[in-house]
Formats: sequence, C-alpha cells, structure tokens
Amino acid sequence: MAVIPLERKPLTFAERTYLPQIAFGLKTTLRHLVTPKETLEYPEQRPEIPAGYRGVPTLVKDPNGREKCVSCQLCEFVCPPKAIRITPGEIAPDDPTAHVEKAPQEFEIDMLRCIYCGLCQEVCPEEAIWLQNQYTMSGYTRAEMVNNKERLYELGGTLPDDHFKWDKKKSAEEQGNAH
Amino acid sequence: MATEFAFPDNAAKTAANAPAEFQTEKMSLAMGPSHPSTHGVLRLQLELDGEIVTKCDPVLGYLHRGDEKIAENMTYNQFVPYTDRLDYLAPLANNVAYAIAVEKLAKLELPPRGQAIRVIISELARISSHLLGLGAFAMDTGAWTVFLYQFTEREKLYKLFEELTGARFTTSYTRIGGVARDLPEGWTGRVEAFCEQFLPILDEMLEMLTRNKIFMDRTVGVGVISREDAIGYGLTGPNLRGSGVPLDLRKDKPYSGYEQYDFDVPVGTKGDSYDRYLVRGEEMKQAVRIVRQAIAKLPGGEWYAKDAVRIFAPRKEKVLTSMEELINNFMIVTEGPQMPAGEVYFEAENPKGALGFYVVSKGGGVPWRLKIRSPSFCNLSILPKVCQGNLMSDVVAILGSLDFVMGECDR
Ligand code: SF4
Ligand code: SF4
Repeated sequence: MAVIPLERKPLTFAERTYLPQIAFGLKTTLRHLVTPKETLEYPEQRPEIPAGYRGVPTLVKDPNGREKCVSCQLCEFVCPPKAIRITPGEIAPDDPTAHVEKAPQEFEIDMLRCIYCGLCQEVCPEEAIWLQNQYTMSGYTRAEMVNNKERLYELGGTLPDDHFKWDKKKSAEEQGNAH
Repeated sequence: MATEFAFPDNAAKTAANAPAEFQTEKMSLAMGPSHPSTHGVLRLQLELDGEIVTKCDPVLGYLHRGDEKIAENMTYNQFVPYTDRLDYLAPLANNVAYAIAVEKLAKLELPPRGQAIRVIISELARISSHLLGLGAFAMDTGAWTVFLYQFTEREKLYKLFEELTGARFTTSYTRIGGVARDLPEGWTGRVEAFCEQFLPILDEMLEMLTRNKIFMDRTVGVGVISREDAIGYGLTGPNLRGSGVPLDLRKDKPYSGYEQYDFDVPVGTKGDSYDRYLVRGEEMKQAVRIVRQAIAKLPGGEWYAKDAVRIFAPRKEKVLTSMEELINNFMIVTEGPQMPAGEVYFEAENPKGALGFYVVSKGGGVPWRLKIRSPSFCNLSILPKVCQGNLMSDVVAILGSLDFVMGECDR
C-alpha cells in the first residue's frame, strides 16, 4: 500500500515577507478581469436542462389524447414523503376508451411535500407520470402548491408512446382473440 | 478534563498565573446554532477566559429528523432519497454506501460495470465534498478567493451529476442491486474533460493556501490531534489520516472493486489543521487518478445485478409488456422486496470518513432497524478536547479543518 506522508517545508524569507503573495494575488485578479464570466443572468438566461431531468412531476396523455393513468395507485404507494393523493374513478361505458376501465377521478401532488425523487415515474406501469423539465414552483398559499389533476395534465402534455398497449388490447378484443 | 490545560502562549500563561484579584470572571458564550463558521446548526457552548477557550461543549441535534426511524417504515429502495440528505455534500457516496450495505444483506453481487460506475461517482462526490470543505475552511480563515474558485468547479461537477442522475443535489442515484440508470451517452468523455481542466485549477487553488503565510499562521500547530487521540476518539477519514494513521477503507477493506485501482493514501505528519488541509488537497488529486483509471477500463455489460431484477425492480420495458413482471412490480412496490432475515454492517470510505450502515432485517420488505454511523458525528466528538486551551479565533480554524456536515451528524 502506498502511503505518502505529506511534506511541509518551512517558508522561505521571501514568502515570509508576503510580497510574492501580493504580486500573485494581483496577477490573479487581473487575469479574471479579462476571462469570460462564469455566472448566468438568471432569469433572462436559463441553464440548459439535460435529458432525463427530474423536475416537477406531471401526468401525460398518449398521442391519441387518452389519459394514461389508470389510477392503480402504485405511485401513491411508493412516494416516500406521501405527496400523492389519488381518488380512483371509473371510465364511463360510452367512452371510446371504456375498455381501459379506470382513470383517476382526482389526482393531487402536494409540491410542498414532493422531493423530486422520481420513484413515482420509476414504478408507474403505464408510463403516465413523468418528471419533466420544469424546475420552479411558486405560490402564495399552501393550496396553490397542490397540483390537481387538471394542472398536472396541463403541465405534462403529451409524450410519445412505444407500446399503445390498450389500443392493442382493444383491437385484439375486437378480433375476438383476447386472452 | 479541565486539568490537562495547555496555554497557547506565554502571555496567556502569565495572565492565568496572576494574583487572584486580577482574575476576571469566565464568560459563557453560545457559538451557533446559526453561526457562519459552524457550518450548519452546531452550537458550541464555550467558556472563555479572556480570549482563551477553557471549555467547549458541542450541542447537537438541531437538525435531527429521525432518519433511522423513518427507515423502519419504508422499503429499502424508498429510503435511498433519504440517504442524499445525510452528508448532503456528497449524496452520491451516501447512495453507494447504503446500497452496498443492503446488497450485502440480500447477497447481491454487482456486475463489473455497475461497480465501476459506483467508483466513479463516489470519487466525483469526494472531489465535490473536499472542494467545499477546502473552500469553507479557507473562508473561515480569511481567504475568500478559494471559496469562489471551488464553487465554479463544483458547478461543473453538478452539471455532470445532473446529466447522470436528473438532479444536481439530491441525486438518489443508486438502487439496491444497481443504479437508477446507465451512464448517458458521452458522459465519461465529459468527466474526462472535467478532470483535464480541473487539475491545473486545483493546483492554483492549493498554491493560494499551501505557502500562504496568513493561512499558515492560522493553521500550523493549531488544533493538533495526536495519533492516539485520533484513534481513541474514533476519528475517520481525512481527519484521521491527517494525524498520521494510514487507514483508508478503500485500501484496507476494498469494496465495489476498489482493489483494481492504483492510488496513494496521503497522511499528515503532525495532526494539526494544516495537515488536515494538505490531506484533502492530495486526496482530490488521487480521486482524479481513480476516476481516470475507472473510465479507461470501464467494462461493458449490465449495470445492475441479475437477481436484483427479481428482488427489487423489474426492468421497465418488461413491466410494460409482460403480465408476470407487472404483477411482480405490484408485489415489490406494495409489500417491499422480500429480504432474508439477518443483520449486516457495512462501512464505506466517504469523503468525511467512514459512513456505516447497520441493517437488521427480520425478513420482509422493511428493515427492522437501521443504524447510521455517521463520520461527522464521531469526528466532532473530539471537539471538547482540541478546542480547550486555544484562542477563540482558533476554534473557527479547527471547525473548518474538521470539515463536518450537520445533516449527517444529527441525521
Ligand atoms: S400515475 Fe401510474 S402509478 Fe400512478 S396511479 Fe396512475 S398509472 Fe398508477
Ligand atoms: S417525485 Fe418522489 S416525492 Fe415527488 S411525487 Fe414522485 S415519488 Fe413522490
């Protein structure tokens, strides 16, 4: 095992006078006068948000406009600070997506509790809840900081879907080979 | 305890030996809990004789959140975000330590790629934590420049963390049996580029302090911790190595494949605040060395253990398409992963010292007891001893040199 004892040499006379340090300091200051700034003029300039960022959790719809959440409540279950509250509901039988059977009647995420951990997104079996790019939230009251279903869909928008599993299920049923 | 009392200089000694009528009352002073140099919410109840500290009583617990109790009420993966909030200057390293502890209980072995990823992020976390430790220490002793330099560098690291984990600060990156996601495309290249530009800047930063007369006056010979004391009080990490004890768990009890990497363990010779500073500076250079090696031989393959898929988290693609996996996903989330009964203790070499997790399981989905051995807490235990007999202004330098974090101390 390589252990390296750290050497400590006594200061030379010049170093003890502190004069070289002053010169070095001035040089550094002058150099930084001409180097480009490291800071960002927020909010006029915004930082670039990388893909996969964990921002405010939102609910999304699939490209056909169907709400993806089936109110299985897994996210409510897994959320470590218990920020999610779901009231499950039925989809009306005359709805084109009636075969999905369930959708949330109400879906609330308390942003004062949420810790942006992303576990909800990770467990969701429907890819319905996504932490997207928004990183600021503000409100004057506690109630304003609770995102309801409407707001969650507004924030979430539509995301592409690779599976369309409910549509597949429906067409399979129509062809009479539902399992 | 008050018997072994060392006076910092002769003037003070003469004053203390002066006749009784010249002796003044001792003053009691509360430093903190909101004092800029107590780095968080530590309160030091000081007893002062003039400018000399005759007694120092650390008062802890202002940041107590009951993390250990919280852990008993949640499944193993749910607790990962809470480990971010222990040593919040190196959340990635905490994530790794916790995950390895639980993996030991579940008898999971990570494939090489998963291990290498963990080594890289632990070392980057070490750099980020030491940078802040250094900057705050320098600022406490009057050097403001280093603080700004290190914030610029840490920002670059945070950008990398953000890209990797999705969050700058509260990374929650590991999962039991793996990590949350694989490295993003081109990420290792950007880490490499960071290391490349970081070393000259680190040298410049160290140059500002190492041979700086003011900094040396404030730190050399201040807060000396002897080898015996360091061991006796259970110090770990740079504070222990600063006192000349070459204990480094990465070398002595390698985990996550640390044995494959070539690096040195710097140790101090005197055990004063200056030595602790030197150790941190050198450790950052060694961390860069490890990161470079790990990237150079980063293996391909999976980044999660095979069995973890069954016990902890089915892969998302599968959940979306297969019924069995969907049911499995439901079972794991609602009941927690089924763990064997037993108890394990695992310690990792974190930036602040040895972070240990003691997990007792009685089977089922939640730990029966989870104890966290936090290095900051143990490192602070020596405060009453080192502060005594020093000048009031030296207390600030000593606190800075111990580099603790209250989030993990009080947890
Ligand atoms: S968002 Fe996903 S996990 Fe949450 S209730 Fe809806 S379908 Fe279930
Ligand atoms: S991000 Fe985490 S805390 Fe926020 S709602 Fe999802 S699971 Fe809960």
